[in-house]
Amino acid sequence: MQENLDQIFVLLKHWIVSLVPAPVQPYLSVLLSVAAIVVTFPLLFAISVWLERKILARIQNRLGPNRVGPFGLLQPIADAIKSLTKEDIVPRTADAVVHYLAPLVLVVVAFMGFAIIPMGRNMVLVDLDASLLFYFAMGASAEVAVFMAGWSSRNKYSLLGAMRAIAQMISYEVVLLLSSVTVVMMTGSLRLTRIVELQNQYSWGLPHWFIFTPWGLAAFVMYAIAGTAETNRSPFDLPEGESELVAGYHTEYSGFKFALFFLGEYLAMLSISSLGTTLFLGGWSAPFAFLGWVPSWIWFFSKVMLSICVFIWMRGTLPRLRQDQLMNFAWKFVLPLSLVNLIVAGLWRFMGEGWQRWVVTSAILIASYAALALAEQRQRRIGPRRYRYAE
Amino acid sequence: MSLVFWILAAIAVLGGLAAMLLRSTVHCALALTVAFAGIALLFLNLGAQFAGFVQILVYVGAVAILLVFAILLTRGSEPPTHGVFSTTWLAGLVIAAAVFAVLGSSVLSSQRMLPHESTAPAAPVVEIGQALAGPYILPLEMIAVLLTAALIGAVIIALHEKEGEQ
Repeated sequence: MQENLDQIFVLLKHWIVSLVPAPVQPYLSVLLSVAAIVVTFPLLFAISVWLERKILARIQNRLGPNRVGPFGLLQPIADAIKSLTKEDIVPRTADAVVHYLAPLVLVVVAFMGFAIIPMGRNMVLVDLDASLLFYFAMGASAEVAVFMAGWSSRNKYSLLGAMRAIAQMISYEVVLLLSSVTVVMMTGSLRLTRIVELQNQYSWGLPHWFIFTPWGLAAFVMYAIAGTAETNRSPFDLPEGESELVAGYHTEYSGFKFALFFLGEYLAMLSISSLGTTLFLGGWSAPFAFLGWVPSWIWFFSKVMLSICVFIWMRGTLPRLRQDQLMNFAWKFVLPLSLVNLIVAGLWRFMGEGWQRWVVTSAILIASYAALALAEQRQRRIGPRRYRYAE
Repeated sequence: MSLVFWILAAIAVLGGLAAMLLRSTVHCALALTVAFAGIALLFLNLGAQFAGFVQILVYVGAVAILLVFAILLTRGSEPPTHGVFSTTWLAGLVIAAAVFAVLGSSVLSSQRMLPHESTAPAAPVVEIGQALAGPYILPLEMIAVLLTAALIGAVIIALHEKEGEQ
């Protein structure tokens, strides 16, 4: 029974596929998997938009959407209908073809990333040999879409937003790659299913997730920072800072095209959370050995939604960075630290089992963090701050 | 030659042609990106996953963006006032044909030198990694040093200009 519940979607697919004649079967199998992804993630997109509006409202001491349906739950549907019926305005000077293609490219590339994510036991669309590389290749292609949107609008704010977005994405992509490379060094594989399998082991009832090692924790924190920047989320939302740039690269988009940009942004967030879950949080494996009976896909999606909640929490808490702070943070702080983390990961690999490696690797990481932070403080003459309030 | 090959080849060739013939420089860069993506898909069609993904990661993700930045920093980004196709299309066509002839002849002559293999060579990522870290470690390290030198050189050039202004 448990086995069946865990594999329910796989079994369902096999049953549907077995209904058609043999020559069509491989095509139908792929089609069904793609359809599942194309349906599931926009649904999660709707849920996360609702969650975001509700949680942000609570953080800011408001109520949030509460008119459409119970607790405003039908708000995403109302929003979808609204954006579908709005007029689609294309500026007269805009480059029509590129302007039209940009949102499509962005959404397609965002969907492609999900193809290699293992969403449960035996639940992966294509199990590529180099699936991690595929993911980063797709992530890099999103930059082209952002540029297309910003340039083709013939609007200064759009172009500035696109330039900011691209500069930010290129800078933080380095960190994103370097922090993921530690996992590849440890597992010796670029195959995500293999990475999850290696984390799905337990000793004393506790899982072997990579976040529970010094290098894994450091890499996860850096991955989270880089992932937030890569998806242009607050506090790294300069490309669409509404107080500076109207809406950044999608200023000139309205109606359904704007909805596509919105969708692409949330899909990027979901996919970066999915990859982070797979690399560091054990993918679809249960957090405790005795919870192994809960279906694997429930674990995967709850971990992803939990990271979305953390994204929202950060957005409600942190102020936006300035452009120079953003670049300095990436190149002078996170990048050196991620290089140190690569060495630490190598040490962890070759020091063998035992408590020594825990002490040595943690000491190196903490020392380099402290040294970098102090050096930065000295350089900018930032000391302890004293706040004075009006009396 | 399967249907998939012809579709991918058409994407790559049309992208290349558009990159050569269009008038707006940014359009050319975007068309070149399409050609890069087509070549990456051709690699994937041949079963060379690593080469295909790296082609997308490096060429579509980095080189195309670099090209576009370079174009926007110069005057070429200004949109053309009339016409879609470049006025120098004839020269472009001749140059492209010449390059194609050189590349084609060298590819055709190299095929004769290689031993004929009956089975398609498979190159999984693990083997590529082991080859790079094993017999080819010296070239790899030399490329790494070269790239680091280029990076430091670029930073120094940028720094120098800033000091000169003050």
